[in-house]
Amino acid sequence: MGILEVKNVSKRFGGLQALGDVNLSVAENTVHAIIGPNGAGKSTLLNCLVGKLIPDTGSVMFDGQSVLGRKPHEINQMGISRVFQTPEIFGDLSVLENVMIPCFAHRDGAFALNAWSAVRRQTGVREQAEAILEDMNMTSARDIHAAALSRGDKRRLEMAMCLVQEPRLLLLDEPTAGMARADTNNTIDLLREIKEKRDITMCIIEHDMHVVFSLAERITVLAQGTPLVEDVPEAIKGHPKVQEAYLGQPAEEAA
Amino acid sequence: MTANPELGRPDAARGTRTAARRERSGFLGLTGRDAGLLLLVIVLTMAAPVLLNPFPATSSLAQFNAGYPDLMQRFVIFGIFAIGFNILFGLTGYLSFGHAAFLGAGSFAGVWMFKLLGMNVLLAIGASMAVAALFSLMVGYVSLRRSGIYFSILTLAFAQMSFALAYSVLTPITGGETGLQLALNDPRILGESVTASGNIPLPSLFGLEMRTTELVTFRIEGLGVWAFPFNVGYYFCAAVMIVAFYVSIRIFRSPFGMMLRAVKSNQQRLNYTGVSSRPYTLAAFVISGVYAGLAGGLLVSMDPLAGAERMQWTASGEVVLMTILGGAGTLIGPVLGAGLIKYFENIFSKINKGVLEGWFSVFPDGLSDVLVTIVYPFVGKGWHLTLGIVFMLVVIFLPGGLVEGGQRLGRVFRRSDRKGLGVEAPAADTRAKAEE
Ligand SMILES: Nc1ncnc2c1ncn2[C@@H]1O[C@H](COP(=O)(O)OP(=O)(O)O)[C@@H](O)[C@H]1O
Ligand SMILES: [Mg+2]
Repeated sequence: MGILEVKNVSKRFGGLQALGDVNLSVAENTVHAIIGPNGAGKSTLLNCLVGKLIPDTGSVMFDGQSVLGRKPHEINQMGISRVFQTPEIFGDLSVLENVMIPCFAHRDGAFALNAWSAVRRQTGVREQAEAILEDMNMTSARDIHAAALSRGDKRRLEMAMCLVQEPRLLLLDEPTAGMARADTNNTIDLLREIKEKRDITMCIIEHDMHVVFSLAERITVLAQGTPLVEDVPEAIKGHPKVQEAYLGQPAEEAA
Repeated sequence: MTANPELGRPDAARGTRTAARRERSGFLGLTGRDAGLLLLVIVLTMAAPVLLNPFPATSSLAQFNAGYPDLMQRFVIFGIFAIGFNILFGLTGYLSFGHAAFLGAGSFAGVWMFKLLGMNVLLAIGASMAVAALFSLMVGYVSLRRSGIYFSILTLAFAQMSFALAYSVLTPITGGETGLQLALNDPRILGESVTASGNIPLPSLFGLEMRTTELVTFRIEGLGVWAFPFNVGYYFCAAVMIVAFYVSIRIFRSPFGMMLRAVKSNQQRLNYTGVSSRPYTLAAFVISGVYAGLAGGLLVSMDPLAGAERMQWTASGEVVLMTILGGAGTLIGPVLGAGLIKYFENIFSKINKGVLEGWFSVFPDGLSDVLVTIVYPFVGKGWHLTLGIVFMLVVIFLPGGLVEGGQRLGRVFRRSDRKGLGVEAPAADTRAKAEE
């Protein structure tokens, strides 16, 4: 049994079958990559995991508990954090505040009427937030508005917001898209380091094959809403079906 | 410098400890800036009877003096209303069009306290806040199921429903068309129904009547006489506003306040971060409802009668204008906005044709008539036109309200200061550009 068990999940948007009968099992403390061409249904699958969408059929179990029917904040409190494909951050708040919010959510739960003491007195949370910014190399940006960050920095900020919660399952939707090469490599190093430091399961959607093959322990290939194959990276590289559906596409797509 | 690392360490530790102590001190738990703002509000409200009467009582400009008790009370009471509204609208971005309903409910509750229990204003204010809390909990619970325009419409619908009910079927509780007033035969079980002289007793704080005014006059030979009214009711309201302002600063700077700003910035992200936004918005809604109820209670404490029109949508719209005009989401903005609108409503509206003719009489007859004709639509009964224009200009050119205007002015002055020095000018310019 994996920590995440997706069984027979399907999702239809009007006439479009975005997901058709998806089965996926992610083993605890592994990095599992989901690859596939644009429109394959990868983001839709993640949406079904975090409560943004409710699948038409099937079940999603996290650590033996059903995820379906729970609200997004409840799913997060179970230990699932997600980095979105287009960065979702608090643009009007400072970078430090962006990271403090998940710290508070982690510490106080879904709601706490903490309306009297000042934020600057919350030394524990503050240190935690500053530490993760340090890890992400973003300390110099801590006081600027998050909206003013570059696209790549917004992504790294969102990743910091997820990591600081110490999730059990981290879902990353194309985390390096829009990043400079150096930042991509930093991200790979960072995720590896996190992986070594503590128990964490990662489910990563990625177009950049360099990232996928540097990190993933297992890969699922999704095409037109159904998984084509699932195997270890070495096997995926040479798989004829995959070549045809995905890697065989124009070179820059696979690069 | 020390070669021994063992010696360096305690020093460093002491350094952080003193930094921590410095953080912990400060005025009432506020940082320097916030404490400064609070002190400014305290000084301004305490000195208002003097500051708002700059013109000699005997001069023709005396009509611009805003320092009479009734108006000063309104400044601070509506300031409280707007401070509370800003906690909801300024922080979460949820725009309620029904907050006058809570002010009205608070007013009715206050008058009922005067009728049933006694004339102590603390009773009235306590009841006002409690009733407004319950009422806003109900309205907020339902309205916050939706966001954006649908939320606004739901609050508007609730408020208009309350107004219509207060005006008709709830007449036994609200006094209907005539409003709710005190009567000689009210029970007032904790006090007296009738005073020794046969009148209805007046609202008071442990016997200190709100109406009491000490008029201080000040004469400068050859210039005129200034009159400064020091009114008990005003100082009571001002003290309450200072507390209300202080509480709002604490809320703004708290983790709760930060969550509310996160709701405004990206509610989805907040939910996926493990935070349930609904209880946060509901708490903000109830807090702002209690502020509105407090304002309603103070209104009846100054003048113990309440009518249903206090709940009407125009009254709800007014607090929206105050908040946006002053600067939504800023600390001091709502207070400034409330002051400006109440000043317009009470002072600008009193400039009639006769007054204008007096001003322009220095010009030749023909020109004076033309000037009066041009200016007249903007003053007197036309004060709404001027307010509307001011509001539009602010929203278009200063989206951050009067506070943003003040900040820009400050920046301009700072920049010209630097220019004067010559050396620092380039640096100041780049800094100003970065700020923009
Ligand atoms: N909310 C939605 N409503 C309608 N169609 C959608 C929605 N979300 C995704 N789709 C469609 O479903 C398909 C899969 O999309 P998506 O999961 O985003 O693909 P990708 O694998 O590139 O992440 C696409 O054709 C997309 O247009
Ligand atoms: Mg996608």
